[in-house]
Amino acid sequence: MDNSRANLLEEAVGISKGGRVVVVEDCVETSGAFVLHHFLKRSLYPDTSDVVIFIAFAHPFSHYERILRKMGCNLTVHRKTHRFVFLDMLTLECPDRNGKETRQDGLLALYGEIEKAVEIYSSLEGSRTITIMIDDISLIEVAANGLSNHVLDFLHYCYTLKAKYGCSFVTLNHEDIYSSANTLPLILQPEYLADVIIKAEPLATGLASDVHGQLTVLNKGSVCDLGDSSSKVRNFHFRVKENIVDYFYPGTQT
Amino acid sequence: MASSRPRGGSFSRNISSAATTQIPGVKLGPNGTSFLSSGIPDLDQILGGGFTLGSLVMVMEDPEAPHHMLLLRNFMSQGLIHKQTLLYASPERDPRGFLGTLPSPMASKEEKSHERPAEQDANLRIAWQYKKYFGEQNSEGQRGGKAEYCNDFDLRKPLERHFYSGQRVDCISLRDSPNLAPLLERCSTFSAQIAKSDDNITCASRIAIQSLCSPQCDFSDKDWEMLSFIRSLKGMVRSSGAVAVISFPPSLVSPAFLKRWQHLADTLISVKAIPDEDKELAKLLTGYQDMLGLLSVHKVARINTQVPAILEATTFSMKLRKRRALVLECLNQAPVDGSSGSSYGTSGSCSGSSKTGNLDF
Repeated sequence: MDNSRANLLEEAVGISKGGRVVVVEDCVETSGAFVLHHFLKRSLYPDTSDVVIFIAFAHPFSHYERILRKMGCNLTVHRKTHRFVFLDMLTLECPDRNGKETRQDGLLALYGEIEKAVEIYSSLEGSRTITIMIDDISLIEVAANGLSNHVLDFLHYCYTLKAKYGCSFVTLNHEDIYSSANTLPLILQPEYLADVIIKAEPLATGLASDVHGQLTVLNKGSVCDLGDSSSKVRNFHFRVKENIVDYFYPGTQT
Repeated sequence: MASSRPRGGSFSRNISSAATTQIPGVKLGPNGTSFLSSGIPDLDQILGGGFTLGSLVMVMEDPEAPHHMLLLRNFMSQGLIHKQTLLYASPERDPRGFLGTLPSPMASKEEKSHERPAEQDANLRIAWQYKKYFGEQNSEGQRGGKAEYCNDFDLRKPLERHFYSGQRVDCISLRDSPNLAPLLERCSTFSAQIAKSDDNITCASRIAIQSLCSPQCDFSDKDWEMLSFIRSLKGMVRSSGAVAVISFPPSLVSPAFLKRWQHLADTLISVKAIPDEDKELAKLLTGYQDMLGLLSVHKVARINTQVPAILEATTFSMKLRKRRALVLECLNQAPVDGSSGSSYGTSGSCSGSSKTGNLDF
C-alpha cells in the first residue's frame, strides 16, 4: 500500500535515465526540499553505482545527513565510498571588493570544482550516472550579490556537462520570489530547459495536519518520447513524514 | 481532528519534559536540536519548545506599533537571566539605552504555578480522562527545569542593573556605518567567541537586530547587500550556538525581496497592532478589549528534519495578564447572532458542542 503511494511521484517523473533536468519549485508556505531528498535517496540506491554531487547553499551537511539517515540512506558512508560529493557553499561569499570580476570568479571556481568532480567520476569504469543537485538557486543569486546574469551563465555552464558527460540535474528554486519582469529569466530559463518541473504548493484551503500540500508534476520528456501528451501533468497531494512521503490523489487518503 | 488532538498534545509534552542539559537556558529538542527560550512561555509552547539553536528568526514589524520590541525585550532579558552572551544592534543613536527598557522577571513564581493548573482544569473539562496525566506532568515541569528555562516577565518593572552591567552585552548602532560590513564583522567575531567545538555547545548566545532596513540606516536602499548580510548571518548562526532575531518593517522592503527575506528565515513571525475602535473585530473576537495585538507564526524552523510543522493555529492574540506579563492566546470567536448568514457554521458548531456537553454530563 505504502509502496504504491510512494511511487506516485516516481510514476509521474518517469523512469530514471541519464541526462535529465529536474526543476523543483516551492514557496514560503510549502517547502519543496523533501522532493530533493527523495531524488537524493533514489540516486544513492545500493543497487546502482550512481554518484551525486550536492551543492548546498541552504543547509550544512549535518542537516541532510540526519534527514537521509531517517530515510535509510547513510550519507557519511556514501561520502567515504565516493558516491556522494558534498560541496558546502553555506559561506561562499563572492568578495565584492574588486567589483564584478571577483563575483564571477567565485562561481567560476565552483563550476571548476564541479567539473573536476564530474571528470574524475566519469572516467571510472562502470556505467554510472552523475547527478548534480543544487539547493537552492535563489541563494546563488544572493551569493553573487544579485547579478543574475552570472548565475544564469553558471547554470548554462553546468548544463553543458549534460551533453558532455550525461549528467542529470536536480535544482531547487523558489517560485514566489520571481514576480517582477527583470528577475523572471532566472526561473523561466531553467524551466524551459527542464525535462521535469515539479511544483510544491500549499492547499488553497490552508495548512492541514494530514495533507501538507500539493505537487504538480509536468513531465516534458515523456511527451516527446511517446507522442501522446495526455495526462502528463499530474497533480496530487502529499504528506511528509520523517522516513517517507505519502503521495495520494485528492480525497483518496484513508 | 478531534482524535488527533490528544495525541499531538502528549507528543509535545514529551519533548518539553525532556532532560535539560547542563548549559543554562538550553533545552534539548527532537532531531538533535536544542532550544533557547524566547522569553515568552506561550510562544515557546507554540513553537514546540522555543527558538531552535542555530536558527534565524525574523519578526515582521507592524508599521504603526512597536510590538516587535516586546518580543525583542523578552528575548534579550531571558538571555541576561541565563547569563548568555548578547549582541544587540539597532538604528538608534544610543543602542545601550535598550538595556534600560528590558523587563524584569516576575518575582513570585508561586503565583504562576498556582495559576496554570487552574487554567488546565478549565480547559480539560471534556477530556477528563486525560486530566490526571496532564496535571502531573505539568506541575512537575513547572517545578523542575521549565520554570528556569523560561521566566515570566513583568513588563512594568525594569531589569535590575547588575544583570547587564557585566561585559556580556555588545551594543551596536546601525546608524553610523555606510554599509553592513562593520556589523557583519562584529557578528562574526561575536560568534567566533562562542563557536562550538563539534557538537559541544559550551555557551548559548543571542543576537538581536532591530529594524534592519529602517530608513535611518544608510544601507537601507542596498537590497542585495542586506540580503547577503542575512545569509552570512544565517550561516554564522548555524555553525555556532546562537539564535539571531531580526525584526524588520516589511513595508519598506520591496515585494520581490520580501519573499527572499522570508525564504531566508528559519522561523518567521509577524506582529500586528489592532485598531482601538474596530467594531467589526470587536464583535467577532472575545476579549477584544484586552488585546494588544495579533501575532502570527508563518514558519517554524525545520532544522535536521523535512517534516513541516503544522500548528493548530497560526494567529494568536497578544494580551497582558494583570497588566504585566505578556501572554499569547488562541483567538476565540465570539458566538455570533444568527443575523449574519456567513457565520452559520461557526455558531452552529459552537452551540452544538456545548449542548452535547450538557447532555453527556
